[in-house]
Amino acid sequence: MPLEDTIGLNLLAANQHQAEHNREHFDAWRLLCLNVMSSPGAGKTSLLERSLAQLSDEFAMAVLEGDMTTQLDAERLEAVGVPVVPITTGRACHLDAAMVSGGLKLLGQRLDPASLDLLWVENVGNLVCPAEFEVGEHRKVALLSVTEGEDKPLKYPVMFRAADCVLITKIDLLPYLNVDVERIENHIRQVNPSCSVILVSASSGAGLDRWHAWLRATHAAQCPSPVLTTSESLNTHASLVNA
Amino acid sequence: MHEVDMTKCLLLSLQEWKQQHQPEVPLVEVVHLQVGDFTCVEPDSLVFTWGALVSGSWLAGSELRIERTPLRARCLPCGASYAPQQEQAYRSPCCDHPMEEILSGRELRIRSIEYSLPDLQNSPPATQAGSARPTLARDRDPVAGSRL
Repeated sequence: MPLEDTIGLNLLAANQHQAEHNREHFDAWRLLCLNVMSSPGAGKTSLLERSLAQLSDEFAMAVLEGDMTTQLDAERLEAVGVPVVPITTGRACHLDAAMVSGGLKLLGQRLDPASLDLLWVENVGNLVCPAEFEVGEHRKVALLSVTEGEDKPLKYPVMFRAADCVLITKIDLLPYLNVDVERIENHIRQVNPSCSVILVSASSGAGLDRWHAWLRATHAAQCPSPVLTTSESLNTHASLVNA
Repeated sequence: MHEVDMTKCLLLSLQEWKQQHQPEVPLVEVVHLQVGDFTCVEPDSLVFTWGALVSGSWLAGSELRIERTPLRARCLPCGASYAPQQEQAYRSPCCDHPMEEILSGRELRIRSIEYSLPDLQNSPPATQAGSARPTLARDRDPVAGSRL
């Protein structure tokens, strides 16, 4: 007599458990974790170089850098003066929550993660599977360069649907291309009407102010200043009264 | 091929399920999944990697059966349900509205497991007639050495 058990678990439950565990750490450390994803060559590392350089006075930051076989990107970012932990994924085409957990342990040997405001996870260049493998991030950022074609958001809708913020990169190249940037933006909004869409160029610096404004607002929303939270001020008050 | 990592995730969940039946080792016949069309999963690849990864393990000979769920969305202006198409940029045919609320198509679910429990009173353990299950290798862990 065959038996049947109803399971109802997510197929990726094992990864999700680890991702939730990572996120609990991020929350305890009061930092914002961003998962940055795109196809190879869309400009993730170039954008990070610019943002790390411009924001390093404002935020304490570190990077977990996913790369299939090399540490070239990690070396580029380390040159900016921000701690970078390379995660070489080998054959895997995405980072998963266990790899990020391993990266966090290595990072913990170099600094106290609780001292960070912002943790960047630069995923492996791929528009397909990173969308399904959470690593514990608070927000997903997807990049799409203007050279990739106007239809990319419709061809890889799961990735662009999952993103909280989509950056259209390399806009300094627009004068040399036969591409309609409004059409790209429009296609993103068809599959994800609620995400933020920001046009940037890491090369010219155009749009970085808007992108950094999004980062500041997201950080403020995710990690509210401790003096502003009611429970903490009550606790402080209580400890003063008890003192 | 990310289906390999997805299958390893699935095997970890099945391993936990197996622990619940200790000391018996359930003979799994079918694992039922529900996979939405609006995911990054290719069902055929998942079945292929399943066959490769469970071979020689306690799950050898079991079948992975996948029920696909279509992408359906709700058009917010009129409330109608529709099947978004890439050619129409996923917009609703009724009001030409962007794809806002997804009703189905995002499922990645282990639905159920069909199995039998070998009768521990009999020795050797009862197996299904015609099953070529290699009993001696059944305790091999298919995810040993896995990252997850």
